[in-house]
Amino acid sequence: MEYIFRIMRYDPLKDMYPFFQDFIYQTQEKKSVLEALMDIRNEQDCTLSFRYSCREAICGSCAMVINGKFDLACRTELEMFESSLIVIEPLPNLEIQKDLLVDMEPFFEAMSKIEPYIQTEGGLSEEGYRIEEKEMEKIFQYINCIMCGCCYSACPVASRDERYLGPAALAKLYRFVKDPRDKRPFSNWSRVNTEGGVWGCDTIFKCNEVCPKNVRPADGIEALRRKLVVEKVKRIFRFKR
Amino acid sequence: MISQDILVVGGGLAGLAAALSSDPQLKVAVISKVHPLRSHSVAAQGGINAALGNTPDGRDDSWESHAFDTIKGSDYLADQDVAELMCEKAITAIYELEHLGVPFSRFPGGVIAQRPFGGAGFPRTCYAADRTGLVILHTLFEQSIKKQVRFYNEWLVTRLVVRDGKCLGVVVYDLTKGEIMPVKARSVIFATGGYGRVYQRTTNAYINHGSGIGIAYRGGVPLKDMEFVQFHPTSLYGKNILITEGARGEGGYLVNNKGERFMADYAPSAMELAPRDIVARAIQTEIDKGNGFEGQCLHLDLRHLGEAKIKKRLPGIREICIDFAGLDPVETPIPIQPAQHYSMGGIDVDKKCASCVEGFYAAGECACMSIHGANRLGGNSLLDTVVFGRIAGEEASNYVKECEETGDSEKILLDEALKVKRRVEEWMNKDSGEKVHKLLIRLKAIMSDKVGIFREKRDLTEALERIRALREDYKRVNISGSCLRYSQEIVNIFEFESMLDLTEVITLGALNREETRGSHFRLDFRKRNDRDWLKHTLVTWKEGEPQVSYKGVTINKYKPVERKY
Repeated sequence: MEYIFRIMRYDPLKDMYPFFQDFIYQTQEKKSVLEALMDIRNEQDCTLSFRYSCREAICGSCAMVINGKFDLACRTELEMFESSLIVIEPLPNLEIQKDLLVDMEPFFEAMSKIEPYIQTEGGLSEEGYRIEEKEMEKIFQYINCIMCGCCYSACPVASRDERYLGPAALAKLYRFVKDPRDKRPFSNWSRVNTEGGVWGCDTIFKCNEVCPKNVRPADGIEALRRKLVVEKVKRIFRFKR
Repeated sequence: MISQDILVVGGGLAGLAAALSSDPQLKVAVISKVHPLRSHSVAAQGGINAALGNTPDGRDDSWESHAFDTIKGSDYLADQDVAELMCEKAITAIYELEHLGVPFSRFPGGVIAQRPFGGAGFPRTCYAADRTGLVILHTLFEQSIKKQVRFYNEWLVTRLVVRDGKCLGVVVYDLTKGEIMPVKARSVIFATGGYGRVYQRTTNAYINHGSGIGIAYRGGVPLKDMEFVQFHPTSLYGKNILITEGARGEGGYLVNNKGERFMADYAPSAMELAPRDIVARAIQTEIDKGNGFEGQCLHLDLRHLGEAKIKKRLPGIREICIDFAGLDPVETPIPIQPAQHYSMGGIDVDKKCASCVEGFYAAGECACMSIHGANRLGGNSLLDTVVFGRIAGEEASNYVKECEETGDSEKILLDEALKVKRRVEEWMNKDSGEKVHKLLIRLKAIMSDKVGIFREKRDLTEALERIRALREDYKRVNISGSCLRYSQEIVNIFEFESMLDLTEVITLGALNREETRGSHFRLDFRKRNDRDWLKHTLVTWKEGEPQVSYKGVTINKYKPVERKY
């Protein structure tokens, strides 16, 4: 098979604007987009830059936009495409460092704002915790997040409002709030009771759509909203009594 | 010049564990060639061993029994005191991880779930479905956000700077800026992982070039037991993505093209849950006998486990099969074949993770202390990383508080960085030459054809000659681009030198070791030979040559006997 790879190139130190460059790629074997990009780099242009590591959709390195679809290059097989033209772009709404490499710092920065670590009471017990599996199952959906950044990059709110924490961080917060071991006070997690937090979400569910790991971050945002409202109501009644 | 008290190289589990256990009073930083969450630890699936005794069958389990299984699994090449140390610390290590937030799967009653794994007398592998590495790595990364650990991501360490037997720091290639520069450190901890990518078929990530091990070797630290290379029995046919041992732990069958559970012929009592070296050889033997599918693979059949169990306990495996092989293990057996998976050998360190170079420590897969001996048991590598990563951080902290500063270290470091810079210029100034990716293809072919699961003298001798010939070609290597920022080619050229060193050491050790032990199977010496070979191989880089020596194995409680499963 012969493909045309139309790849967005940009070196902010040299180029005025990003531009597309075409590469002809031939292969007899079944290849993923990532494997094809590596072949192109090795055989045609060694300056082509992109991130990769595990090649099995678990490390979150190789998120990009492939023929308009947010996905991991490693799990996207070339034979999935009907056309021989493959257009590759970096994740949008993040600064391009070089070619397909984008600056993930805003994504991780938003993540760190929700205090993404367990906040337990008391020290280490010698016997461990007793937690029923069904309690843990409530968070399993969210721990599948590999922090690839697809949801953050695709989110229309995150792209226009830099205060917005974005889907991954909010879903992560919900993961902790739902964890039976986590005892963070209401005052801690209710800080997302803002436009930059859960109320910023436009409920367009772009994040659910693009997530390559089926995390459905918007489920977490919705659940946080409900929990916030319930807690607020509880507090009002407690106050009146 | 950037200067640290402790510099951890590698952001996987061992590296993060080391950084988190280092004394918070000290200046600590982690250098990683990728963002820490992209480290290969993230791909670990099946679990982490500790004798918690949470299953009905496991009530009588104890850390001593775990240590015995580890030592027996190692084919008695493990240093028994070190294996005992790890297994004794395992139970607390698991509860600590749980306390830090690791979402382990649970049994009724709420205790941590455990599944049977190969070579283990009791079900003692704790897990979070089949994404155990992902959840532990993310948890330790969360803790490093809490503790505000300093990270230098996308920096490749290219050289370890040692003077008069003392470690002074490293030289790095900063990919983000395209610069070569020195980093001063009073202590350096390597947690750089394995070298799977020297083989064609490996479960390892693309980034696992093993350069950390090679850099330590060039820094004067011996490499130990490098000939022991683990081949995992079950990698997905074609892509060689890991299919966890947990799939067999949950009850999966291995089946040949005659529909037989052939493990009955190789390990009649342990069956599919024999140690990895035995199962991998059995699979390769069946394929070689013509009992494979397409002459290349066998089947791992999970269908009898039922949809509910597969979705609950092995969701990641199901996803991998759907994404990468277009099949659903609920309905179809998984085609599998053995692939390189782990390095039992590595940088020679003691049970304090300390090497012969003052201030230089190593932990995790890149290190060899030696726990796994000639064959590692599944579920022991994650344990190794968290237990010894932590010890490395603590020991390096103790060292830094007592060591004296070397006066002229900055000048030495600058000189070394300049040398590295000149090398890069040399590669860039050549108009033509060898392309590193082509050399790598040749190296992988040599290792896969000649230094694989079954080995013999003729192949090993030929491999050694061809690896040495590749060194000559490597001298002519050049870079075709002019951009220094984010140049994967520069990374590859740096790392290829280490790959040449490692493959030479692996092959040399394998050629010399005229016996069969654990993962090292010699067709021309099919028996274990304790009289001559119950000893560790050490290879040291001296005057441009590998120099081989040996040292004894620590044996205290468990007398070596023949392994039977």
